[in-house]
Amino acid sequence: MATVDKSKVPWWVSNLIVPLINLILALFVSGLFIFIAGENPFEAVRLIIYGSFGYIEGFAYTLYYTTNFIFTGLAFAVAFHCRLFNIGGEGQAYIGGLGVFLVAINFSFLPVPIVWLLAVMGAVVFGAAWAFIPAYLQATRGSHVVITTIMFNFIAASLMVFLLVDIIRDTTQMGPHTIALPEEQWFPSFEDFAALFGIKIRYSPLNISFLLAIAASVFVWFLVWKTRWGYEMRAVGHNTQAAIYAGISPYKNIIIAMCISGGLAGLLGVNEILGVHHKIVAGFPAGYGFTGIAVALMGRNHPIGIFPAAFLFGILYQGGSEVTFDMPNITRYMFVAVQGVIILFSGALENLFRPQIENFFVNRLNLKAKA
Amino acid sequence: MVHQHFMLVENFTVLENIILGFEGELVFGKNLEKAKKDLKNLCDTYKLNIDLNSTISDLSVGFRQRVEILKSLYRGAEILILDEPTGVLTPQEVDELFKILRSLNEEGKTIVLITHKLIEIMDLTSEVSVMRQGEMVGHTKTKDTNKEQLAEMMVGRSVLLRLEKSQVKTGDVVFKVEDLTVKDDLDVIRVKNVNLNIRAGEILGLAGVTGNGQTELLEALSGIRKVESGEIYLDGKKVSDSQNFLDPRELKEKGLAHVPEDRQRMGLVTDFKAYENLIFGYHDQKPFSKSSILNHRDIIAHSKKIMEEYDVRPQSPNLITSNFSGGNQQKIILSRELNENPKVLLVGQPTRGVDIGAIEFIHQRLIDMRDRGAAILLVSVELDEVLSLSDRIVVMFDGKIVGEKENNNVTDRELGLLMAGVV
Amino acid sequence: MEFLSDIASLINSTLRISTPLVFAAMAGIFAERSGVIDFSLEGKMLMAAFVAAVGSYFLGNPWLGLLLAIIACVSLSMLHGFASVTYKGDQVVSCVAINILIIGLTTALAAAWFGQAGLTPTLNEDQRFLEVNLPFAESLRDVPIVGTIYSDILSGHYIFVYLAYLTVPLVFWVVFKTSFGLRLRAVGENPSAVDTAGINVFAMRYKALAINGVLIAFAGAHLSTAVNANFFREMSAGRGYLALAAMIFGKWHPKTALVACLLFGFTDALQIRLQGVELPAIGEIPVQLIQALPYVLTVVLLAGFVGKAIAPNAIGQPYIKER
Repeated sequence: MATVDKSKVPWWVSNLIVPLINLILALFVSGLFIFIAGENPFEAVRLIIYGSFGYIEGFAYTLYYTTNFIFTGLAFAVAFHCRLFNIGGEGQAYIGGLGVFLVAINFSFLPVPIVWLLAVMGAVVFGAAWAFIPAYLQATRGSHVVITTIMFNFIAASLMVFLLVDIIRDTTQMGPHTIALPEEQWFPSFEDFAALFGIKIRYSPLNISFLLAIAASVFVWFLVWKTRWGYEMRAVGHNTQAAIYAGISPYKNIIIAMCISGGLAGLLGVNEILGVHHKIVAGFPAGYGFTGIAVALMGRNHPIGIFPAAFLFGILYQGGSEVTFDMPNITRYMFVAVQGVIILFSGALENLFRPQIENFFVNRLNLKAKA
Repeated sequence: MVHQHFMLVENFTVLENIILGFEGELVFGKNLEKAKKDLKNLCDTYKLNIDLNSTISDLSVGFRQRVEILKSLYRGAEILILDEPTGVLTPQEVDELFKILRSLNEEGKTIVLITHKLIEIMDLTSEVSVMRQGEMVGHTKTKDTNKEQLAEMMVGRSVLLRLEKSQVKTGDVVFKVEDLTVKDDLDVIRVKNVNLNIRAGEILGLAGVTGNGQTELLEALSGIRKVESGEIYLDGKKVSDSQNFLDPRELKEKGLAHVPEDRQRMGLVTDFKAYENLIFGYHDQKPFSKSSILNHRDIIAHSKKIMEEYDVRPQSPNLITSNFSGGNQQKIILSRELNENPKVLLVGQPTRGVDIGAIEFIHQRLIDMRDRGAAILLVSVELDEVLSLSDRIVVMFDGKIVGEKENNNVTDRELGLLMAGVV
Repeated sequence: MEFLSDIASLINSTLRISTPLVFAAMAGIFAERSGVIDFSLEGKMLMAAFVAAVGSYFLGNPWLGLLLAIIACVSLSMLHGFASVTYKGDQVVSCVAINILIIGLTTALAAAWFGQAGLTPTLNEDQRFLEVNLPFAESLRDVPIVGTIYSDILSGHYIFVYLAYLTVPLVFWVVFKTSFGLRLRAVGENPSAVDTAGINVFAMRYKALAINGVLIAFAGAHLSTAVNANFFREMSAGRGYLALAAMIFGKWHPKTALVACLLFGFTDALQIRLQGVELPAIGEIPVQLIQALPYVLTVVLLAGFVGKAIAPNAIGQPYIKER
């Protein structure tokens, strides 16, 4: 098969068609899994769509999941632009949540909007701090950031459990969680918003963090493509040698990229703590960090792609819940598997059919031109 | 074949490297003893003197080369091809190598030596073939020729490109290199006590065959590599010595620009769009960015202007750089560096892989720069280019400057001899 | 005497807990020494546990369960190889994908087929590996010191425990004393050198991955058909990552990796033992601190404070044959 002249491949083929086909393949394989589990894949799809769009609370849940995925997806993407694999989103989110809680509890005498602002900053600072050591070790000693961030995930889990069980636990309760934040500090939820219009809806965890996620997306877009820091990060990520030639410091940019990445992951703590649980609950990162990796890869590490990818995973999660409700044979773990398949096809095997697809389109366009 | 870049596993022993792929059996045991004996015999016959149990990472470059030779012999080679073997050796190691090669020859082995060093050829070989620009241009017995003839065959008759070059009044010395010594990544000394002076308004051409230290010299002069000893002065102020050196960004601020030898590996980020490469290294300065925010509109306007001025085709600032031809990529780099009106310009292989039309254009630009008072160091393996553009010429051989001439009436042959190590 | 029996039980626990780590670390060594990153030990171990338990349940024989587990893990390794070696995809992403996929799939299928939220049916004695009593263990038990060592410590383990510790010298021998091992190590350090010696780099990597699959299967089977009598969700519980840490800590060498595995196993056994125990002067040590210890140690090692952990030179880089 002749190799394709890369310059002739239209951008929409590389960035829309190929990922779409990869996604379809992944969904096909997932359908097989559902079939092996003894259920009807098409029925499952119907339930997914119903669960995520069919009723207002379901859609709210979808957007709530989307919020978290946007944060962790952006986190992975930013580090990836500097060619760093930040697998530590789980741990950074966990520690970011600690930051949120500590700020909110200790500064509760300040007016609520100020507390919110400080709490967001707390999330970012704590998340960034948790990413700093792996970043520093990679930049100065070449320690592989993948391994160190995985290790820091485990260390964060141990640390947080220790704190939750021994230090900051709500002693009036049995579970490993802290006391609740005062109610005035709770983020307005979608329920509250609907109530403003006189509409009464049932509970959903969707809250204004969703807007924060959109703001974060805009911020990342601006940072990576419109500022000098983003420019330098990308240069270091694409061609470190050339970056040195141009006077750009790889050392500085590795640390900056990782810290921003950690800070973004930390924002997940804002959603979970100020918006949903109103306290630190053990294990609240609940795998969102890893899903963020899938979201970023599918979204090709650009906020424009991350948003729909996060939304897709939100649909999978919420729709998946609906499926597990109605199909006793399918548990939520099936959707964890689906996630894995998507990462496989969008990430590791993304070039599996790329040459054939690109070839096909280039030839079709050539034929059209000749005609 | 003994490659320039050795095919050895660093943390294996000599023995392990040699038997790799030729172990003879699943488990080491009897066969290992036999291999050791055979190797010992080879070592003794050809006076290779290698300790089979030493680890490669502990060996000097000269010894690693011997391991490569031994490896070829053990695998039954009758013909040994050596590609520029002496570039990484000290003079003593060169002598040792030649002794080994002679004894191999005496035992009936055929040796093909790829080299540009005429002294070696006259010293060691019995037949010579000369290759120039991809073609075989001559073949003779060594005893029937001499260095001058070989130099002429190597270098050919130069075709001087017609260029408008006026006599220019040169100014003060703007760039001074004193007694510079630089090592490469493998800790081998590549630049040996080099002295250079470049005045404002002159082009100093540095001729020489690839691999004689030019790359390391350029890297040291442009702030990418540290120096072992010696000093570099820009405009009278020291910018580099063995303790400290200014990095490329700081050097840019002082008026130094660098067009690197390897445009894809160093000069450009090929995945970036053209406009991103046009500000590469200057992206944090006005007008391209203000308080760290990139000024997109001004950058595009600037890019369009520059691409037109330098005839970069296609004139699309948004096109990904890897889609441009070699010549146009080079023009992108050149336009970027020249646009800043640097006081000192370091240029490496400016027309490598560039089509003829672009070559003329690039050369004219360099002349224009010089006429405007820049001090230019032109490093090139193309003798034509050096002769066309330079006001003065120096030749680099084996890390040293071996000749300095004014560019009036100097002949290719003279330069060719110097480039080939004939002083 | 109670102190002695405490020590004995601690040693027993250590040996048992370290067993899956040892198998996994050895598996990792084969893959990584050939230049392929393997972060998917966790997923493969879990897969093996699932397949071994389910296989043994349906086929009535734990050995058949083990065989099926081997087939499953080798397939996963081949998938990873396909993505990384042949398709030159990103090896880290491939590993992350496999881990997540397996966590989901194993629990999902267990729930779907057996309806108990991820538990597979309990295996009866015929379907499990039982403790092995060495000959004369009972009669020697009362002999002072030697008897305790033989009867209480060495005897009475599951077969996998013995196999694990026998595997280590075998791995050492293969990797360092055979020509296969020489080529394996060379491929991980300088694939070009191997290529010019006429050896197929890709074939070597696939062979290494196959061995990797076999070894990790033993780790998983130990968990679900020996120590426990079924599979439950996420039962590998991070052991794959711990084994990774042990491998790095052991500098990709079977002997030192073994020591690291034992060390990590010991900290786990110790942590269980120390729960609720007040030590003199220090008080109660938080159990989480001990749990985090292996991970902290690995980071310290990677930071270069405890010697250098130098990975095989060519690791993670797809080999591109120049024409």
